[in-house]
Amino acid sequence: MSAHTSDDKTMSVKLIVWRQKGPNEPGRFETHLAKGITGHHSFLEMLDVVNEDLIKQGKDPIAFDHDCREGICGTCSTVVNGVPHGGQERTTLCQLHMRKFKDGDAIYLEPWRARAFPIIRDLVVDRGALDTLIQAAGYVSCHTGGVPDANAIPISKPDSDYAMDAAECIGCGACVAACPNGAAMLFAGAKVAQFAALPQGQVEAPERVAAMINAMKECGFGNCTNHYECQAACPKGIDVKFIARLNREFHKALFKAKAGAFIPLVEGE
Amino acid sequence: MILDGKAPTGPIEQSWDKHRFDMKLVNPSNKRKYKILVVGTGLAGASAAASLGELGYNVEAFCYQDSPRRAHSIAAQGGINAAKNYPNDGDSIYRLFYDTIKGGDFRSREADVWRLSQVSNNIIDQCVAQGVPFARDYAGYLDTRSFGGAQVSRTFYARGQTGQQLLLGAYSAISRQIKMGSVKLFPRTEMLDLVVVDGEAKGITVRDLITGEIRVHTGDAVVLASGGYMNVFYLSTNAMGCSVTAIWEAHKKGAFFANPCFTQIHPTCIPQAGDYQSKLTLMSESLRNDGRIWVPKKKEDCTKPANQIAEEDRDYYLERKYPSFGNLAPRDISSRAAKEQCDEGRGVGPGGRGVYLDFRDSIKRFGENVIRERYGNLFEMYERITDENGYQVPMRIYPAPHYAMGGLWVDYNLMSNLPGLFVLGEANFSVHGANRLGASALMQGLADGYFVIPYTIANYLVQTKPGKVKADHAECRKSIDEVKGTMKKLLSIQGNRTPFEFIRELGLLMWNNCGMARSKESLTEAIAKIPAIREEFWKNVKVSGTGAEFNQQLENAGRTADFIEFAELICRDALHRDESCGGHFRVEHQYADGEAKRNDADYAYAAGWEFKGVGKEPELHKEPLKFENIHLAVRSYK
Ligand SMILES: Cc1cc2nc3c(=O)[nH]c(=O)nc-3n(C[C@H](O)[C@H](O)[C@H](O)COP(=O)(O)OP(=O)(O)OC[C@H]3O[C@@H](n4cnc5c(N)ncnc54)[C@H](O)[C@@H]3O)c2cc1C
Ligand code: SF4
Ligand code: FES
Repeated sequence: MSAHTSDDKTMSVKLIVWRQKGPNEPGRFETHLAKGITGHHSFLEMLDVVNEDLIKQGKDPIAFDHDCREGICGTCSTVVNGVPHGGQERTTLCQLHMRKFKDGDAIYLEPWRARAFPIIRDLVVDRGALDTLIQAAGYVSCHTGGVPDANAIPISKPDSDYAMDAAECIGCGACVAACPNGAAMLFAGAKVAQFAALPQGQVEAPERVAAMINAMKECGFGNCTNHYECQAACPKGIDVKFIARLNREFHKALFKAKAGAFIPLVEGE
Repeated sequence: MILDGKAPTGPIEQSWDKHRFDMKLVNPSNKRKYKILVVGTGLAGASAAASLGELGYNVEAFCYQDSPRRAHSIAAQGGINAAKNYPNDGDSIYRLFYDTIKGGDFRSREADVWRLSQVSNNIIDQCVAQGVPFARDYAGYLDTRSFGGAQVSRTFYARGQTGQQLLLGAYSAISRQIKMGSVKLFPRTEMLDLVVVDGEAKGITVRDLITGEIRVHTGDAVVLASGGYMNVFYLSTNAMGCSVTAIWEAHKKGAFFANPCFTQIHPTCIPQAGDYQSKLTLMSESLRNDGRIWVPKKKEDCTKPANQIAEEDRDYYLERKYPSFGNLAPRDISSRAAKEQCDEGRGVGPGGRGVYLDFRDSIKRFGENVIRERYGNLFEMYERITDENGYQVPMRIYPAPHYAMGGLWVDYNLMSNLPGLFVLGEANFSVHGANRLGASALMQGLADGYFVIPYTIANYLVQTKPGKVKADHAECRKSIDEVKGTMKKLLSIQGNRTPFEFIRELGLLMWNNCGMARSKESLTEAIAKIPAIREEFWKNVKVSGTGAEFNQQLENAGRTADFIEFAELICRDALHRDESCGGHFRVEHQYADGEAKRNDADYAYAAGWEFKGVGKEPELHKEPLKFENIHLAVRSYK
């Protein structure tokens, strides 16, 4: 029952928030005071308090994306003090609690900023580009029905665990927001790696990696220059080793194409 | 009217196979001409849209989130059931069927439950083929665990994120169809009305949540897979955007609402910390496999640190009361038992509203590493929220509103009483009766979407001419005008209270008067109070901004308005059902030991309610339930 007593004390924090009415409107910072906040408030509950106050004053509440508020849907997406999701290790913004802040703190709030994520309003951005990447090839092309018994193909526990480590990505886009190049390599790498580790996914592995790399370019994501800011920002602890896996899978695909295999989007010689 | 569920007759083992054969098929070259509108992209909606797209239908899919991957199915933690019997521990399709009927306290339709149990095995096969990384043993085979209400180990899981992995599987399938052009996706789009033409569902009216545009989409059939309505209690385990709106609007257009009072309160949630709280977080019930639930025997021990309470002073009340199921007793029973202990003054934590979930013994037996491997993410989540370390001190849990067994009435084909309107997943009422067993909702959503609707929808479509209704139809224009009128009204009131304040007030009333325990008095009181909340809402709500922009307050206001209307229906249903069964506990009907007392003579039916106007008494239609394979019996988990 450690922090309860201190959690129950109330505090005030100053929010310096990015406000922007629409994608083509100018944006600016606005300052608001959050009062009567306890350590038990989640960050988003603190924003609720501020918004209720703004509505009562006849002002526009701050638009921010959120849904599950339990760290799994990947909807919440705000840069707090320069760090996507606010910087608590392996924690989405909705799971960050105000006990991590002190009375009187000034807190900067900004949307994900990346070329591939246009701003919709205030802290809300359009992350449709991540869906486009999955639509490019983030699947096993199996049809409903007509598949073998689930235990027909044993999968070693290490392979299965590796796939699960990669599959934990919640598609929030913090990795893109944290990357100086606005690259989506951690997101794409995790998907490529998940399927490359499983027999079901290996069949289409060369086509998948080629299609996803191509789609990243088309969507306006940048290139990876090994800053690894993505891993530091990722609320699910997705490892940059999956980026290396993506690169390895791509070279395998190139090699196959050179050897004469037809792989769409990969140029063989 | 007596509702006909159209369940097939004859031996139950052959019912689905025979029905599949009896239904008509749509000629492959004609499928493209039929447009199907799918509202919702959770497990039920995404699997349906993907499978229908694969078959060649022209599908449009809608969700209010920015991506199908964010539907609230993503939050399911514990697992998904199937009758594979891989562990060789006595499971079978029949046993899953039996457990589900019994767990539902004999208030579901036998044939539907049989079908669910039968296709459960196909689901696991399908998901593995998609690359869902289920947990495996060292030989590389699939691992399972036990869940409440079952004595076999039939729950497949992917760490503590089973729903996420299954949804990502369905999301990958729908994404593939989007790429191929058979499914068109409309994210950040909310359905606000159903268009009914000549008694049949032919379209939906939606609001584009980014631009505010209101428009109609017409189709040859409408599939609602919009999830559950538990946010009517305000604090629940649902996501903030979960609402009753899609099915409530369909109800107002003629679809019957079945058994709305069958609501599930989940026993293992993190207790509420303050009144600013926006949601309650569930801790997977799988924790009950290794955690032991207890409260202090003596009231004066309740404020002491748990570790200082001697073994003999702890009351492991579930193990005491239900020796054969122990900590794995079904949800309704476990939730009520927790409430009882707290009502007796033996609860722990803030306000005495909590019981301990203790891993001390399991950690001793298996080591902290094993427990960490099994539930690590749940312990982390608990610590983030409460600032307490569950490995060192027992967790505190309390029941919270979680799952809606009730929903729109559907027949065996998952079609509502309105032809052309199909309802899948948590949004329908079909298989869970008065109480859902753990790990059965994921199974149902995927069964409905992958393996039922692709067959049953054809049987309806062959009887209709494709493209009958166009967007300029008078009913479409009327629906648009209605929705625009509502938006305008919400924005024009400019009162003093925010939508949040209203839903909070409503939720508290519902939790106190129509929550874990209900009585004639509490329900009558709620039915008297809700209209006052509704009237005040329409006089005094304050919604900022305009309709023609991204406006989250307007979204909240619309959802809240629907919840207020809907709340009255839940209470009326709960009042009319003068028995206790499953999640519906009427204090007037209990045995001496506090167990729910069912009344099969008078209430062995599904209650389908017909809308008669806001604030007007709805009309009840009954679907009698027959139990030909499993004998009606008093549920016992002792
Ligand atoms: C925290 C939690 C844990 C759970 N754990 C388990 C578990 O371990 N095992 C298990 O079997 N079950 C579990 N459940 C239950 C299960 O997850 C749900 O019942 C199930 O996933 C519901 O799926 P669905 O497809 O019906 O709805 P959802 O996944 O809720 O999807 C609803 C969809 O409808 C859309 N929608 C809703 N309204 C509208 C509208 N008006 N317009 C447009 N779109 C709309 C949403 O955008 C969304 O796409 C859990 C539930 C919760 C909340
Ligand atoms: S890799 Fe991490 S940061 Fe990137 S989208 Fe996935 S969960 Fe978010
Ligand atoms: S709101 Fe779902 S992850 Fe934060």
